[in-house]
Amino acid sequence: MTPILQPQSRVLSRRSFLVTTGGLGIAVAFGSVPDLASGAAMAPAAEGDFRPNAWITIGVDGTVSIISPAVEMGQGITTTLPLLVAEELDADWSRVRVVQAPSDAETYGNPGFYGIQLTGGSESTRGYNALLRMTGAQTRLILLAGAAGMLNVPVSELETEPHRVLHPSSGRSLDYGEIAARAVLPDPLPQATEADLKQSHRWRYIGSRTIQRIDVPSKVNGTAVFGIDVQLPDMLYGAVLRAPVQDERPETIDDAEARDVPGITHIVPLSYGVGIVGETVEATRRAKDLLNVTWSTTSRVRNYSSQRLLDEYRAVGRDLGQQGVPAHTKGDAEAAIAGATTVIEADYMSDHVAHATMEPMNATALVTGDRVEIWAPTQGPTGTQGFAAEVVGTTPDKVKVNTTLLGGGFGRKAEADFIIDAVSLAKAVEGRPVKVIWSREDDVRHDKFRPLEAQHVKVGLDAEGNIVGWRHRIVADSIFARTLPPVFEEAGGHDDVVTEGAKFNYTVPAHQIEYLRQDNGLAIGFWFAVGVGYTRFAIECVVDEIAAARGIDPVALRLELLKDQPRARKVIETVARMAEWDRARDGRGLGVAYSDAFGSHCAQVAEVSLNRDTGAIRVHKVWCAIDPGVAIQPLHIEAMMMTGITNGTGHALFEQINVIDGEVQESNFDTYRVIRMSEAPEIEVAVVPTPGSPFGGIGQAGLPPTGPAIANAVARLTGGVRLRHYPFTPERVKAALDI
Amino acid sequence: MTAFTINGQAVNVAAEPDTPLLWVIREHLKLTGTKFGCGIAQCGACTVHVDGEPMRSCQTFLEDVAGRKVTTIEGLSPDSSHPLQRAWIAEQVPQCGYCQSGQIMQAAALLAATPNPTREQIVDHMDGNICRCGTYVRIISAIQRAAREG
Repeated sequence: MTPILQPQSRVLSRRSFLVTTGGLGIAVAFGSVPDLASGAAMAPAAEGDFRPNAWITIGVDGTVSIISPAVEMGQGITTTLPLLVAEELDADWSRVRVVQAPSDAETYGNPGFYGIQLTGGSESTRGYNALLRMTGAQTRLILLAGAAGMLNVPVSELETEPHRVLHPSSGRSLDYGEIAARAVLPDPLPQATEADLKQSHRWRYIGSRTIQRIDVPSKVNGTAVFGIDVQLPDMLYGAVLRAPVQDERPETIDDAEARDVPGITHIVPLSYGVGIVGETVEATRRAKDLLNVTWSTTSRVRNYSSQRLLDEYRAVGRDLGQQGVPAHTKGDAEAAIAGATTVIEADYMSDHVAHATMEPMNATALVTGDRVEIWAPTQGPTGTQGFAAEVVGTTPDKVKVNTTLLGGGFGRKAEADFIIDAVSLAKAVEGRPVKVIWSREDDVRHDKFRPLEAQHVKVGLDAEGNIVGWRHRIVADSIFARTLPPVFEEAGGHDDVVTEGAKFNYTVPAHQIEYLRQDNGLAIGFWFAVGVGYTRFAIECVVDEIAAARGIDPVALRLELLKDQPRARKVIETVARMAEWDRARDGRGLGVAYSDAFGSHCAQVAEVSLNRDTGAIRVHKVWCAIDPGVAIQPLHIEAMMMTGITNGTGHALFEQINVIDGEVQESNFDTYRVIRMSEAPEIEVAVVPTPGSPFGGIGQAGLPPTGPAIANAVARLTGGVRLRHYPFTPERVKAALDI
Repeated sequence: MTAFTINGQAVNVAAEPDTPLLWVIREHLKLTGTKFGCGIAQCGACTVHVDGEPMRSCQTFLEDVAGRKVTTIEGLSPDSSHPLQRAWIAEQVPQCGYCQSGQIMQAAALLAATPNPTREQIVDHMDGNICRCGTYVRIISAIQRAAREG
């Protein structure tokens, strides 16, 4: 059961109250109608300590406004979180309006995610659900108490239906708007407890297949506003020429031709490049191409060549004499393996991959004195405040961030480089807003890629084929060393996100996970499912290697390793049934994989064929069973699984960034290949929640099993040919087939 | 000045003749439903109709549309009631939604020419439009629904 925080409520004013749990408070206001068009300020400030940014406002017309503390990048969260409030409040969903939270970690930080206001890690529902549900329940109790006073009846005689309080014995009822307009808040307030939460059989919205996402209508007619769509009066445009190699600086800048482009107003030398500001976007793009810049040649990233480094990483993984930082230790895995009858040892690797969000990096900023206002598609509004303040030499509280919709995030928009561009140029032209739009080429070349990584897995089996010890060595650079140095240092040089997913729920008596950090200077970042995207590739393929060594079925082996875990078994059994696992297909192979990452259980079966002449793999269909604990929006969970599976197929087959001497070789969709419709598998998803389970994460849960399911299918189709290096390019497939 | 018609309205735009139509639409005319994705006609996010034909506006230039009729997502229907827009909502296609204007404009050209496309025809026609959220399965379903429900 989800741990529920015990709320405390107190009156803030005649019209508002505060619900606090675990140090975080949600202010609820009655009677004001927020300006929804502005999308920012919520209820007006009231007396006392009532913060101006109430989360929930019940207007006199009954409109319930609920702030979404998380940002919308396609994962549906601006529907999910307010829906949880509406469920417990017993609100009429059609009378709920959702407002994007302003940047304010103190008010909107995720209680389950270090208290920061950053959307990522599939942490939003997991972190916020208890607080939001309790606040909904508390607000409903207060509405009931208010109605009791208005009707002059005991509260015990009242009940609610959506948006109304009923007094069944007299037939009288009050709309929530009427209560908000006229009720006097009781003092002391009634205090909700966990017992006031609805039992799951009484849910109206959670689990409904008819609730649609609030953002979808605006996304079919061009009215949705992404960062790149921001239009402000008197706005200028900006472009930045970046150094071809990370950490180089401009040494000489010849901007004579660039300056001559009509409409160019400013050329702005930056520490990492050269900025251009002008009256039109086309002028800035043209002028950028006309800059002649010589760059420093001192960056150590010039030594970075990804394929050579990956060979080194693999050698480090294999060299068991090299000690890593322990990430997880259970028993003495090495000793157990030393006494094993059979040892399975394999290297798994993946190349860098790019985010390539469909909306390229962009941001708009206005600097006026020591004040900054930003409009941006950012996953981390409060981090943005800090970075912007640094550029301008002001304090974060003087930076206002307006978060727009994000045209894809996948971790890329948790970075601040595009924000820094906009603020730097806006500072140079003070008083006019500047919108900076990256080219796709810059978006790819200057991405923060998923780590280049090699893994060495060594597993020992006893005479009966039981696993006696499992060692997993992960060799990669660190993301946290760059993005969260204190977290990295506190963990003793372990990077929790790079090794994410290596810890699994299979029953093994001895398990050792080590992290061997490589420091080669190239900035790497958070990509869809981060570490889980490759650690489960290694683990799930090795499980199939064990099954092959034992001569048993891979589904049966997983069920054996999960025999005490009914939720895990359920998704595996479900997906096996959906795919008709035991039915042989002519010329096609089936492969299975499973993941318990992000608090959700997900099993997939991939059906593939292989062109042995070209080495091309075709993924025909993927079946998926997902147990997210509570399935808040089943239709949308299906969609998120489709995202994970489609991109899971694409990154396993195609996606590849090559860095040579520090220069990224790929630049646009002609060279950085992402999956297209003709290459995407058919997908069938079963959402199989387990009542009474905690809320699991969904955003990234669908991706990790897809790649290993494909590799396992290829192995079963080819009599054991293993693909151990993402992506499975035709050259690598042919090499593995030895043709 | 270059004169053309956009969503039924006559406009005159003062921009260089070689300005990509994409930026004319988005930043001069402020119709931001048409999206910038790649700039090299590889992703389809910028798809609009020119005299009814789907075109990548990032590789179509202002001078190319002089005197012609351009339709963007904002002009596809007066009230978001085009069968594809209704089907897109019914199938809950968009996730981040950034590519979907281009997807819908590309699909609209298909249905105009081929009211009942096969799955193969849909995939063949839509393959130039990238969706990074991987909504392809639902895009296909929505086009089939729009063809069915009209």
